[in-house]
Amino acid sequence: MVDIPEHLLLKTAEARAKALGISVEQALAEMRGEAEPTKIEKEPDVIEVTPIEVEVKETPAPAAAVKETPAPAAEKSNGQVPTEVDFAPETKVTQRLLTVVKAKPIQKPTSEPVDKVNTWPHLMLPEFISLMAMTAFLIFISAILQAPLLEEANPNITPNPAKAPWYFLGLQELLSYWDPQIAGVMIPLIIGVAAFMAIPYIDRNKENNPSKRKYAIMLWTFFLAGAGTLSLIGILFRGPGWNWTYPWIDGVWFDDLLDWVHFE
Amino acid sequence: MKNEKIKFKDRLKDISAGLGDSLKESTLWGSIFRPGSPFRKGYSDSPRNRSYVVMNNVLYHLHPVKVKRHGVRLSYTLCLGGLSFFTFIVLTITGIWLMFYFRPTEMAYVDIQSLQTSIAFGSLVRNMHRWAAHIMVLVVFLHMSRVFYHGAYKAPREFNWVIGVILLILTLLLSFTGYLLPWDQLAIWAVTVGGNMAGYTPVFGAQVKFALFAGLEATEATLLRFYVLHVLFLPFIIVIFMAIHFWRVRKDGGISGPL
Repeated sequence: MVDIPEHLLLKTAEARAKALGISVEQALAEMRGEAEPTKIEKEPDVIEVTPIEVEVKETPAPAAAVKETPAPAAEKSNGQVPTEVDFAPETKVTQRLLTVVKAKPIQKPTSEPVDKVNTWPHLMLPEFISLMAMTAFLIFISAILQAPLLEEANPNITPNPAKAPWYFLGLQELLSYWDPQIAGVMIPLIIGVAAFMAIPYIDRNKENNPSKRKYAIMLWTFFLAGAGTLSLIGILFRGPGWNWTYPWIDGVWFDDLLDWVHFE
Repeated sequence: MKNEKIKFKDRLKDISAGLGDSLKESTLWGSIFRPGSPFRKGYSDSPRNRSYVVMNNVLYHLHPVKVKRHGVRLSYTLCLGGLSFFTFIVLTITGIWLMFYFRPTEMAYVDIQSLQTSIAFGSLVRNMHRWAAHIMVLVVFLHMSRVFYHGAYKAPREFNWVIGVILLILTLLLSFTGYLLPWDQLAIWAVTVGGNMAGYTPVFGAQVKFALFAGLEATEATLLRFYVLHVLFLPFIIVIFMAIHFWRVRKDGGISGPL
């Protein structure tokens, strides 16, 4: 027999003694099998139930039968049913319900399983190949394209036109339309950068399927097209005095790609 | 005679195999490679060993053992984030190499000239540094566009997008400060134009320009300032933000999607 801890045994015996109206020692002895179990003298109160008479019709539709059943409340009013129903007679109780523990796993799965592959080799190998390809491309382009080096810096000789690095040429082109003193430069730039950073906080649409975020994609594509056009104008179509020039007629003023632009 | 030769070959093979085994069992070898590393146990293709390759590798800081299947498709990311990081590494290596031959003084232009003419691989390394810098600006911007088109900035990745914008700005600043260093007419006037644009800042324009140029115009003081920013200050800052960026990519659940 399984060893039951002493305090639990005592607790159960007390409950049994209380239920049966016997002494604790007696109950303890019974539980240990040392004494005959006490017989239950008091029979549980039996609830008299008068069978409900249902008029059977020729075609008994279930819904109709239910309808004609006398309501239990009406029967109660007859006085035949005891006013207080003892559903759990004390004499029958030999154990108590302490608590109900719901059956659930200790670890809760928080996310759905995702289709995954091993990083090695499925990610690391393509990564390695693309790094090698990039290295090869860089060495190749560095071997055939000479980085520009003009005359030594001279603050007294201003080249015409003086162009900013290519990634600022779109901005320089944009600023040529307005007097920079009026347009301001850094403030719009800072606001622009702040707007970029705020994108995820402005766009609260949770979808990432392109067909469900057409407006956002349209805006970004407009931005790309605008920035690209302005940059290309600044790079290819601006000559001395920031005047409009055609690269195929007047030539190109873009020293970043000196080696490409000047064919000797 | 021929038999003896084969025997000698076999013996040599045995000796080298034995040497290899004793090397792999040595304390030194075991201290270099972690237990479970394929360099220690040998590699045969199994799911367990595929995990071990990543887990016993310093790249475990960057890559998890498993990634979402759609994310390894080349057409999904075009490898743009990885290539941004890689061009940064190429720029660091070539940049350190260039620092051996470059002085940010009135000698700067002469140093670049001698780099191109009299130093072995000088021209190649300078070209690589310059083209890689242009490519990095381009690739970082394309990476940003890719992320936008995939909606990859949405919750829970909002803050990583903010860090990405900071990284773009730092990339532009690194490129801009490096632009001045050859100290030729292209460099000084491009930076002058850029600095003058900053000088149109409302209210503080003059101060911003003064801080940028270390004076009223681009001089050798500007050269030193840009040099320190370019080789030390900005790389230091960008590495910190890159570390946070990569960490957040993994913490926010790896690659976004599928679409």
